[in-house]
Amino acid sequence: MDQFLLQVLNGLDKGSAYALIALGLTLIFGTLGVVNFAHGALFMVGAFCAVSMQKIFEISKITIDATKTDFLGNPLKVKTPYVIEWFGESAGNAMINWSVPLAILLAIPVMLLVGYIMERGLIKHFYKRPHADQILVTFGLAIVIQEIVKASYGANPIPTPAPSQFVGSFDFGVLLGMDPNAVIYPYWRLIYFAFSAVIISAVFAFLRFTTFGMVVRAGMADRETVGLLGINIDRRFTLMFGAAAAVAGLAGVMYTPINSPNYHMGMDFLVLSFVVVVVGGMGSLPGAVLAGFMLGILESFASMNAVKEFFEMLYLPSIDQIIIYLVAIIVLLTRPRGLMGKAGVMEE
Amino acid sequence: MGILEVQNVNKSFGGLKALQNVNLNIEEGTIHAIIGPNGAGKSTLLNCFVGKLVPDTGTVMFNGQSLLGIKPHEINQTGVSRVFQTPEIFTDLSVMENVLIPCFAKRDGAFKMNALNRVRNEVDIQEKAEQMLIDVNMIDKRDMIASSMSRGDKRRLEMAMCLAQDPKLLLLDEPTAGMARADTNNTIDLLSEIQDRRHITMAVIEHDMHVVFSLAQKISVLAQGTVIVEDLPENIKGHPKVQEAYLGGAH
Amino acid sequence: MNTFSKADKNTLLFVIIITMLAPFILNPFPEGSAMAQFNAGYPDLMQRFAIFGILAVGFNILFGLTGYLSFGHAAFLGVGSYSAVWMFKLLSMNIIPALILSVIIAGIFALVIGFISLRRSGIYFSILTLAFAQMSFSLAYSVLTPITNGETGLQITLNDPRILDGGTGAGNLPVTGLFGLEMRNTFTLDLGAWAFQFNVGYYICAIFLILAFYLSMRIFRSPFGLMLRAIKTNQTRLNYTGLNSRPYTLAAFVISGMYAGLAGGLMAAMDPLAGAERMQWTASGEIVLMTILGGAGTLLGPVLGAGFIKYFENIFSKINDNVLHTWFSILPDGLENAIVWVLHFFVGKGWHLTLGMLFMLVVIFLPGGLMEGADRIRARFGRNKGKGEDTPNATNPAE
Repeated sequence: MDQFLLQVLNGLDKGSAYALIALGLTLIFGTLGVVNFAHGALFMVGAFCAVSMQKIFEISKITIDATKTDFLGNPLKVKTPYVIEWFGESAGNAMINWSVPLAILLAIPVMLLVGYIMERGLIKHFYKRPHADQILVTFGLAIVIQEIVKASYGANPIPTPAPSQFVGSFDFGVLLGMDPNAVIYPYWRLIYFAFSAVIISAVFAFLRFTTFGMVVRAGMADRETVGLLGINIDRRFTLMFGAAAAVAGLAGVMYTPINSPNYHMGMDFLVLSFVVVVVGGMGSLPGAVLAGFMLGILESFASMNAVKEFFEMLYLPSIDQIIIYLVAIIVLLTRPRGLMGKAGVMEE
Repeated sequence: MGILEVQNVNKSFGGLKALQNVNLNIEEGTIHAIIGPNGAGKSTLLNCFVGKLVPDTGTVMFNGQSLLGIKPHEINQTGVSRVFQTPEIFTDLSVMENVLIPCFAKRDGAFKMNALNRVRNEVDIQEKAEQMLIDVNMIDKRDMIASSMSRGDKRRLEMAMCLAQDPKLLLLDEPTAGMARADTNNTIDLLSEIQDRRHITMAVIEHDMHVVFSLAQKISVLAQGTVIVEDLPENIKGHPKVQEAYLGGAH
Repeated sequence: MNTFSKADKNTLLFVIIITMLAPFILNPFPEGSAMAQFNAGYPDLMQRFAIFGILAVGFNILFGLTGYLSFGHAAFLGVGSYSAVWMFKLLSMNIIPALILSVIIAGIFALVIGFISLRRSGIYFSILTLAFAQMSFSLAYSVLTPITNGETGLQITLNDPRILDGGTGAGNLPVTGLFGLEMRNTFTLDLGAWAFQFNVGYYICAIFLILAFYLSMRIFRSPFGLMLRAIKTNQTRLNYTGLNSRPYTLAAFVISGMYAGLAGGLMAAMDPLAGAERMQWTASGEIVLMTILGGAGTLLGPVLGAGFIKYFENIFSKINDNVLHTWFSILPDGLENAIVWVLHFFVGKGWHLTLGMLFMLVVIFLPGGLMEGADRIRARFGRNKGKGEDTPNATNPAE
């Protein structure tokens, strides 16, 4: 039981990331009819917003402390981050400590801008081009973004710790009357899950309760008709693209303490998020979220020792690496539309 | 015994009953027109013949064989060809290639792996396709890319493609829609000529009454998903039910 | 040979001449001159030209004709390499059985993957093939370690059985060959300042490229090829014309998978090792790029595209900051540094950035690739000879 619970919890954070990326992919696909191969890159750009925030906070002023000497006998150079100098010791340190959550403030405008530029500058010109061209051009863009990040930040993962208050784990087991340390779960992962739940709810509420959301939903159902109603659908699409970019970016920012970001994380997540979208059903937002969490949890189950050992007997070690693909194949063979796919979406 | 027998066909989309107990009998060798106001279910009915839609209940028999539940290409291989409302042709290919494809389909069936033959060396197919183009008076355009042609030419090409398969039943969905009067008359001549020469059974959906009464030997009137009258053309004119359907249905 | 038109025969002749004389053509600059770094006439690179040419020609049969964009072709390349290396380990260092197995195994893989992926079309198909490729990569990288030797990659060792050759268990590692003719053998012809290298391996690859090209030409001009092009234009009409598109697309998918398997087998035949990185999505992307850069749907385009990419990859990766500084040393220092700083991102390790940019630029401005570019130039200079049969389908998505 405790093992079971542990795996469910472990699957939640990856599932959250899949769900958030898949949500953005589905929104863009549903409204604009474009499959965005650069969406993983947006997730990665978000993660590097956190890295940048951390670097910005750590920019230091170098002063010379004449009273002390370093080991060579020269006067000691003391680095004082500007934030400490400006905001005082405690506030400055707190800002450095909280750089990941604070990066959200940086990420929102950055992602909206990136999304805006991408849609207006590139994607817009591809609405009427064949799907193959859309895929190819966004794929090229993904490579470009990835290589720019690699050139600017290097190829190695950059550690971006969570605020020190959230280091450590929450003991779920005790809560349920089990032994201490039976089911423990890092605080930050819990926060990541809560955060993504909030974002997902916000997106759904937005689509449900605002006029803007209504137009978008109508557009997803029948793009041409909405265009005929005289609604300026182009501008809304631009905004929608920006919003989807922001969702991916925020997912990236908050993910950094779980796994240190590197330049190819975007593509790693993108492929799996595509699988999530396909399993959930192309064009279905609830399907994307549901499949995201399901596959995240499934992956986590497949990495359990007992499961691994079983598959090792079948000469398939590390089954967790491919379980998602296997499930996707089975789903597609049995339910070609995906779990919650609608009729008529991408069935030409 | 008709070549196409439709019995008690029902089809609904959600709450909308598109077809209700439709019965239709198309005699071999005739031109049968299906008319009716907009939204009467004409196109839905046609889609049920070619496997695009499957009726909820009822039977569609072609030459004594049920067409329900078999795939479009299989239905076509039994001898049913269809001309679409907006011409469906291979726009990137040349006119000649467009006609070659149905010729191959007729000879080789649904799939044949002849990757090492050469299209040019298939003399019998080439000759047949050329003859088809001569028949529809398009031989001078044989090397044109299909997308660059006028709408009327595209439709004639589509007709040639369907005829190249020597169908037993040709379904025509508004063959003259959007055509100028001269083109319409050409199409009428073409269709009646084909009928005279090849005795192909045709089912025509049409709005233009001039076309309907020039061609049809039998007319079915569809209104609100049911066949209200099926009769000879001379009896359809002035039929009270038909007038009611058109005047009551048209806003 | 009388099955082809004059234009086709000329194209074929062109390919034969280019590939046979490649050691001369690719080596225009004398040894030791400043331009010698732009030579491409050495065995390793020429082999890659031919191998990737085969890969692109095969990919073109699927993408160029049917329009189905597979993002997983690198998987078949990898499968081909692994099969060939296993043949070298178990049977013999002769390349023929290795290549035969590569093609067969890749074909079986393509049949399975194609059967599932082709249940869908358009974007769905691309995503499915991408997922399959990533899955194959994971399989090769970790799951199937006993077969693929995981991260390290599969290599031949002295202890391999090699039933036909008789494993020696001692001495040097054996080399791949064709009935005793070693792939690595190179005959160097010194002519004045030039040194032309004629490598056995390259000529084997070149012969396979010519055969592959000839076969693709036959397919392009066959009724089968006509059906594939029809699928790209209008699948609805094809179905209502009594044709079943599924077996056609599947056949095209399998054929192009077998081409990739052959290319992978040849790679292993030139250098008997196989690694999982050969199957990554970046590798698949590169195959797509080669094809569209040259001109998808044209006969000659993919070969040109493959050569173009592999040549510039080789040249660009070799250029480092020092080389750049020597190039721009005549400029004032500030300007020199600025230019070098900018170019720095695009050369050496930054080659992938250039590749990505190139990818976007081609898709945006020249969707028909180099072949379309050549057509446009020809049209501009008024020598409009007409497209004829050479480019039956110079993909024009603008319509």
